[in-house]
Amino acid sequence: MSRVFAPLVLLAMLLFAAAPLVVAGAPFEQTMGLVQKIFYYHVPSAMLMFVSAFVCGIASAVFLFRRPAAADRVAVAAGELVVLFGVIVLVTGPLWARKAWGVWWEWDARLTSSLLLWMIFLAYLLVRRFGGPGSEKLAGAMALFGMANVPFVYVSVNYWRTLHPKTSVVMSLAPGMRAAFWFCVAAFAILYVLLLTLRKRLEDRQAMVEQLYLATEE
Amino acid sequence: MRQFLRVAWVVMRKDLTVEMRSREIVYTTVFFAASCVLVFAFALVREGRPLEDASAGILWISIAFAGTLALGRTFERERHTETLRALMLAPSDRPAIYVGKLLGVLVLMAIVEAVLVPMIGLLFHAPIFARPHWLAALLAAGTLGFASVGTLFAAMLVRARSRDVLLPVLLYPITIPVIIAGVRGTAAIFQATPDEPMARFWAALLVFFDVVFVTLSLWTFEPLMTE
Repeated sequence: MSRVFAPLVLLAMLLFAAAPLVVAGAPFEQTMGLVQKIFYYHVPSAMLMFVSAFVCGIASAVFLFRRPAAADRVAVAAGELVVLFGVIVLVTGPLWARKAWGVWWEWDARLTSSLLLWMIFLAYLLVRRFGGPGSEKLAGAMALFGMANVPFVYVSVNYWRTLHPKTSVVMSLAPGMRAAFWFCVAAFAILYVLLLTLRKRLEDRQAMVEQLYLATEE
Repeated sequence: MRQFLRVAWVVMRKDLTVEMRSREIVYTTVFFAASCVLVFAFALVREGRPLEDASAGILWISIAFAGTLALGRTFERERHTETLRALMLAPSDRPAIYVGKLLGVLVLMAIVEAVLVPMIGLLFHAPIFARPHWLAALLAAGTLGFASVGTLFAAMLVRARSRDVLLPVLLYPITIPVIIAGVRGTAAIFQATPDEPMARFWAALLVFFDVVFVTLSLWTFEPLMTE
């Protein structure tokens, strides 16, 4: 990973520098016009938020049953990224909703389930932070249960009410928009991988420092 | 299998015997649930008439609040007397201990609900006898879902710092589907013309939730409780 790290950083920088131009070049949506452009940042962040939730849940399950410390470090990194990308989603969403629906927040299925997922992982970080010794196992269970909860939240909230544009909208994009959209997805995905490895490496280093302290004390 | 059930039964009986002697959790939790209902009554009753549709929500929120209290107290008792470790050292299946604890919590919550449901009927004019079997099914499935996750989290929080705050912090986001399904299902049968297909849908969702989360809890109890 360390060998491809620098080129990836460069690539991500290039992609994000070019993204505004690509997004600006994409055709305007007929009814919404300029506001629709927020979609190119909103949807990729939402995708990665869900991906990250599953990464965190699976890494936590591996940690709970097999106990490799590395799995727990991946889980922390992914858990924090769920919250980070969740913030992007929850900020850009209302900005769009204000223009499209006339309100900042609507109790719609997708909004509510994203908010709940975000809260579950916020709780995950809270346990890690304030749970005291042994809290990584507690947090692991929380992440595993949170991941298992995703379909339930989705079905229950969906049946409760729905208003959000369907996800099928992604497949039915006009050609010009589709290219810009997948461009942004690629940029965000690379950013995600970079942040995940960086955060994991930080955890690795911290574990190493702790071991060194213990070694010198003995 | 018989051994498993026997251990679960013994653990549950132990919990209920301790509770029968002091009645601490039952009395405090029932009182707490009743005061929850009263607080909601003051917030949601306008000019002597309760808001339409409010009764189902009040019922389930009170159950969730009182349940959290009962869960916290049950394990606080084990921590206080340092008996959880003794329980874990017993030569038996760990999941059986979980099931025993869960059954104990379920009995406590059933007692609370037996008080809450008539209260909702009396104070909020909820038609609790409109479809009693659906109401019972929703309550049973919802309580099991709530308590199965709650028992696991309360058990693993016993050793954690600031456990009183962390239990609701962890439990509520995970059990939101239970609350939604419970409230919507109950509201469907409390309507002027009860909507049975709707109640059936929500009850089915609750049963699915129960199956998934009881299985997950049985599966993770062992690694979580091993020091």
